[in-house]
Amino acid sequence: MLEVRKLTQRFGGITALEDVSFTARKGLITGVIGPNGAGKTTLFNVITGIYSQTSGSVHLDNADISRIPAEMLAARGLVRTFQNIELFGNMTVLENVMLGLHSRSSSGILSCMLKMPWHVKEEKYIRQQASEWLDFSGITDLSAQKAANLPFGKGRLLEIARAMAVHPSILLMDEPAAGLNNSETHELAVLIRKIRDKGVTVVMVEHDMELVMDICDRILVLNLGRMLAEGTPREIQENPAVVAAYLGEG
Amino acid sequence: MRFLNSEILKFILLALFILILPHVAHEGYLLNVLVFVGIHSILALALNLLLGYAGQISLGHAGFFGLGAYISGILTATYSLNPWIAMLIAASVVTLLSFAVGFPVLKLKGHYLAMATLGLGVIIYIVFNEAVDYTGGPSGLSGIPNLSIGTFSFDTDIRNYYLIWTFALIAIALSLNLVHSRIGRALRAIHDSEVAARVMGVNARLMKVQIFALSAGLSAIAGSLYAHTMTFVSPASFGFNFSVELVTMVIIGGLASIYGSLLGAALLTVLPELLRAFQDYDIIVYGLLLIIMTMFMPGGLAKGFPQAASYLRTRFGKRSSPDA
Repeated sequence: MLEVRKLTQRFGGITALEDVSFTARKGLITGVIGPNGAGKTTLFNVITGIYSQTSGSVHLDNADISRIPAEMLAARGLVRTFQNIELFGNMTVLENVMLGLHSRSSSGILSCMLKMPWHVKEEKYIRQQASEWLDFSGITDLSAQKAANLPFGKGRLLEIARAMAVHPSILLMDEPAAGLNNSETHELAVLIRKIRDKGVTVVMVEHDMELVMDICDRILVLNLGRMLAEGTPREIQENPAVVAAYLGEG
Repeated sequence: MRFLNSEILKFILLALFILILPHVAHEGYLLNVLVFVGIHSILALALNLLLGYAGQISLGHAGFFGLGAYISGILTATYSLNPWIAMLIAASVVTLLSFAVGFPVLKLKGHYLAMATLGLGVIIYIVFNEAVDYTGGPSGLSGIPNLSIGTFSFDTDIRNYYLIWTFALIAIALSLNLVHSRIGRALRAIHDSEVAARVMGVNARLMKVQIFALSAGLSAIAGSLYAHTMTFVSPASFGFNFSVELVTMVIIGGLASIYGSLLGAALLTVLPELLRAFQDYDIIVYGLLLIIMTMFMPGGLAKGFPQAASYLRTRFGKRSSPDA
């Protein structure tokens, strides 16, 4: 369970987020929507420790993770994908997913250089787990390709496989459907549901309303850094304030 | 598994080549050049781990090389310590020192990191020149003993050749293991997208400092080998120019390629010797060759050779197709 309490983020004189509170309940898909500049990506950057917030706090299963640096969060089960997919372009598809297992392995520089038996065993485990996640995302046939050579849609699937290799309890996805065509978006929806069915809490920022209304259990609406509404897809669709914000009515 | 075997096969072939080479090139002068190729290979390898894999530049590696040489040299020539122990101390001191210095320095990126490491190298160089009581200043430090095992002393070119290449081969094997491990993947991940690497749980800051320290420590071992082989060191060998030359070896050889480091080191060590024929114009030809190579082999020799081969094959294939 991910809980955000009274989060405020200012950059100089600009307030990107003000007093935002919400809870992403365990095993549900929570959508975060809002017009451009609503603070959705900023929200993700604060939660994942890339920015440190001006005030407020973030809690993961009741533990305060507000001041924990980004690289420590993976081990705690929180991971994210990026709006403009951030792959390791010079590594193969398989290696990208293997990197996802970094926080679940521990061999140091010396044991790696000396090929100690526990390192060899660990490496075998990493490789086997990684191929399972490739299979889960349906990109096994691409495993030897360089990540930079993947088409955008496949890159997105790879990013998800890599994130899942971390074994997250919370997966944050920043606009997963951006740049995807209809059939790819459909494929993505199936994959996200599969992830939820594994018990992973999903929080996603998304502009594709059809996708959001289709797969989200709960929706949070942000506008100009403030919370506008929260509820089920049906409640959100019927909320006059949300309709006004989207259609620009006063 | 097949990948693993081909990796091992490649290594064995290299080891055999190195073993046999002196029987072909046994002339003293040539052997001496090959000793230098060995030392430079270790250095290029060390720098490639940092520059090619982790993507962090250092223009101060000649300094770490020099520190290794001087620490080993002073401890043995002045304080009569056993050379092997001196080498161990040199490597440890430089590793720890660079680990400590690495934390502030590697916070910097790109040009700023280049400037900071350049400064580091220059400071070390100045110390070699100015700490005359210990280093002998600009005129150098002499009387450094050879390494030896029992009564067997590494005091001839052929013995030094095998000594240094044994070290080089060990360094290559350990580096190959490293780059094909979770650490190697983490380094390349930092290179490609630091933010994504961090989100995946890679402590980028610590990882960079660790590899910096490892790279510096390995350079110090090369320095120590150099000192005990030459039995004399002077600051001129460890200046800024040599740092740049090391970076050139890595780039010409191939970034993020272990064997590329060897090729780069070999080429940049042998080329100036071959160009002696051009006398005063050697530096111009040398420069031109480097420019041409970076233009036509942007991936370095390691990738350039297979590229050139496949280019020739397609050319050849096209020509022969009408006949067929």
